[in-house]
Amino acid sequence: MLTVRDLRVTYHSGRTAVPAVRGVDLDVAAGQRLGIAGESGCGKSTLASALLRLLPPGTEVSGEILLDGEDVLTMSFGRLRAVRWAGASIVFQGAMHALNPVHRIGRQIAEPLLLHRTVPPARVQARVEELLAQVGLPAWRANSYPHELSGGQRQRVMIAMALACEPRLVIADEATTALDVMIQAQVLELITRLTTERGIALVMISHDLSVLSSTCDRVAVMYAGRIVEEGPAREVFTSPAHPYAAALAAAFPTVGDEASRLRPRGLGGDPPDPAHLPPGCPFQPRCERAVARCASTDVRLRPAGAGRHAACVHVDEEVAA
Amino acid sequence: MTDGSMTEDNVAHGGAAAGSAPVAAPDGAARHEVTTKAASIAWRRRRAALARFWREYRRHRGGVVGLIILAATAVIALAAPVITDPDGLDVTKATGGVLDPPNREFLLGTDEQGRSVLLLAVWGARISLLVGVTATLLAMVIGTLVGIAAGHFSGWLSAALMRITDWFLVLPRLVLAIALAAVLGPSLLTIIIAIGLTSWPGTARVIRAQTLAVEARPYLERARALGAGHWHQMTRHVLPNVMPLVLASTTLEVASAILSEATLSFLGLGDPSRISWGTMLSRAYGSGAVTAGSWWYLLTPGVAILLVVLSFTLCGRALEAVLNPRLRGR
Repeated sequence: MLTVRDLRVTYHSGRTAVPAVRGVDLDVAAGQRLGIAGESGCGKSTLASALLRLLPPGTEVSGEILLDGEDVLTMSFGRLRAVRWAGASIVFQGAMHALNPVHRIGRQIAEPLLLHRTVPPARVQARVEELLAQVGLPAWRANSYPHELSGGQRQRVMIAMALACEPRLVIADEATTALDVMIQAQVLELITRLTTERGIALVMISHDLSVLSSTCDRVAVMYAGRIVEEGPAREVFTSPAHPYAAALAAAFPTVGDEASRLRPRGLGGDPPDPAHLPPGCPFQPRCERAVARCASTDVRLRPAGAGRHAACVHVDEEVAA
Repeated sequence: MTDGSMTEDNVAHGGAAAGSAPVAAPDGAARHEVTTKAASIAWRRRRAALARFWREYRRHRGGVVGLIILAATAVIALAAPVITDPDGLDVTKATGGVLDPPNREFLLGTDEQGRSVLLLAVWGARISLLVGVTATLLAMVIGTLVGIAAGHFSGWLSAALMRITDWFLVLPRLVLAIALAAVLGPSLLTIIIAIGLTSWPGTARVIRAQTLAVEARPYLERARALGAGHWHQMTRHVLPNVMPLVLASTTLEVASAILSEATLSFLGLGDPSRISWGTMLSRAYGSGAVTAGSWWYLLTPGVAILLVVLSFTLCGRALEAVLNPRLRGR
């Protein structure tokens, strides 16, 4: 369904090249849900934009992004426009700003339908109401303006819009980040249900590992433009192999667990500047398990148990032990 | 997914969704009812928005005064053939004396050919307003197109458009308009084109700046992500967002277009067979009315221009203040 091979994205700001994504491989099967986790600036949103070639002009992208066997990076612009939304759609972060304030909700949901002519013009109105009903909004909401809706309702509208052309892949980029916990849970449940029922593949991007572990089948943890750990969602969250994934997982306490509450957690320091990465493992300056060879070896993903990979020098010893 | 399975899905969903949204029942009659209800809601909301706009506008006294003067002028100009006798414009049928001062028969005196100055001013309003509004529309269309295109595209196209705009901006507007009018020959259309082609660059600059701001908003990224082409992005997303600016800019521009028309006509570049406020001024000057002390001939079109230009400016300012929330409450 979606296959990414050695994807590299480099931004050019002035004379300096800023590698935001440095060789990422991904595989998502139809109906599968993949989570991508990582802190701000690790390249996860760049990765999402690269999937539909939405990066600003002048950005260098190499590698392969195969969507149903077709390479997105070499597509003609016309074909790309057809694939955008009809093949793969995005639920953007910050639904408030992703909706045009001067148009009614109904018209904005109808936009992809009219652009791609997936339904005859006479049926557009009916289809919009169908979509609204699917995300649990009454049909008269089609006549509302975005500012008349609550944050959760707006995110529902974004989901309705993403499903409008029945895409094969939905990319949710921090889709629930700005919402409160209750609404977040509802919206997550909605996305999961709608994509599962239709067999749509889902790529979900979030900094919140706990959200990903509860909604996704597999999780990939990104750090400094690379995947540092990848495996079944539950396992990555409960027994992370990479120290960074461990720090990310530890940032969310287990409710009711005394030990987890008292355990020191959090991660010192800032993510590295992508333009000036430290030598060796990019995480090594912040890593509490760093040893001498971390600074000299370029650590790549290696097997770390059944169906799991991690990019850490300690993994080999642990697997062997 | 086929259409049939879609509907089945939907029925299943209707049940699931009913818990959170009781209104959602997307079938047949129910949907129709919902739609008509929605239409009436939309209509009510539109009326409410208009009422809100008017309430806000009314708070600007200058804008209201301007609007009243403009409305009166427009009514008089439109009704001129009904409320006056166009025969009075014919020099062969003129009944008054040469440059009579204001009297009971000719409230604002007569011109050098014995025609009523009031009648001339009323008919002149038609041409002055027509030229002012049409030339402004032309300028707005060019300015908006260039501004949006320059803001939307990046690279050489944007650079080229902005250089052309700068070129028009630095060139003395009046000289360019005179040159254009001289080349095209004196006629009403010439004046409109000359004014329209020289007064768009300011608008283009303003629109481009606003376009750049709108282009940075995430809903344009969304539009691109859903496969929208350049035309779609520019007309559906950027244009409605820059429209208030275009509107406010239009009212301000009409004022300057009317002034330009008067200037060009005064310089003898207008249509000599039609009377506008500019040609009246020109004749007053050319016939020696000024030196003869016939103030009514000069003052009437002058004050008319002043009033209309002032009104348009007042309206434009009020509109700007209402439409731009940042100026509100000042």
